[in-house]
Amino acid sequence: MPAEVHVTIRDETDIVTARQRGRELAAIHGFSKTEQTFIATAISEVARNIVAYARRGEIVLATSQDQGRPCIVVVARDEGPGIQDVEVAMRDGYSTSKGLGMGLGGAKRLMDAFDLISAVGKGTTVTMKKCVR
Amino acid sequence: MSVPVLRLGDVLIASIQAALTDRDLLQLRDDLSDQVGRFRARGVIVDVTALDVLDSSAIRTVRDLAHTTRLRGARTVVVGIQPEVAFAMVQLGLTLEGVATALDLDEGLALLRQEDA
Ligand SMILES: Nc1ncnc2c1ncn2[C@@H]1O[C@H](COP(=O)(O)OP(=O)(O)O)[C@@H](O)[C@H]1O
Ligand SMILES: [Mg+2]
Repeated sequence: MPAEVHVTIRDETDIVTARQRGRELAAIHGFSKTEQTFIATAISEVARNIVAYARRGEIVLATSQDQGRPCIVVVARDEGPGIQDVEVAMRDGYSTSKGLGMGLGGAKRLMDAFDLISAVGKGTTVTMKKCVR
Repeated sequence: MSVPVLRLGDVLIASIQAALTDRDLLQLRDDLSDQVGRFRARGVIVDVTALDVLDSSAIRTVRDLAHTTRLRGARTVVVGIQPEVAFAMVQLGLTLEGVATALDLDEGLALLRQEDA
């Protein structure tokens, strides 16, 4: 298993690939089935945002250790339009695409740590982490 | 990938396979809505047992699908939401309100029969 897994995100099928890779990595590192599902669902949300708003980008999956516990780090990167107001975008129910607006907030709740950096015209990077309980 | 729809009396059963994209789900919504009319179905069961992830977009599509077939006159039950998927849905804050659910196919059919009586 390589140290990092890169998945190019361009369309719907890449979303499925990315979340399957995330689940596999989580399973290998001893995450429970529920934790695997949380990680896969969070990956699905940010990958879907790449397809919906930036058209293309990538998901990078890596592992780390936190006080002896295995962790999974997910980075979702794109060079799309970026987000004007990140705080507003994070709000449950906020969507610029008639979506449910629960993707970012939901991903944050599914993971242990969540960070979103965005610059208008430059792109968006979401970094999320979850460690084995 | 298209979703096979089985017919059992006046009930349509769609078993969603794993790794289904959102586009496939939208196609299923349209197919089911059409078949409810064609076969004069009274009930629809959407079996999601094989789905290991339901993200917010898929949840919305399943919800819209259930509402659409209900508007077409068929009672609709979503069955087989896995426990981990249910936990994740609660964390997401999306719990399919307004959509009938049942444990599995048998329970779903029982629910439709009960409502028919
Ligand atoms: N990668 C991204 N690039 C640009 N905008 C984004 C990106 N991800 C999210 N957004 C913005 O944040 C909003 C909220 O995202 P989300 O919570 O996933 O809800 P939804 O996708 O249902 O709209 C989106 O409607 C969009 O405006
Ligand atoms: Mg989204």
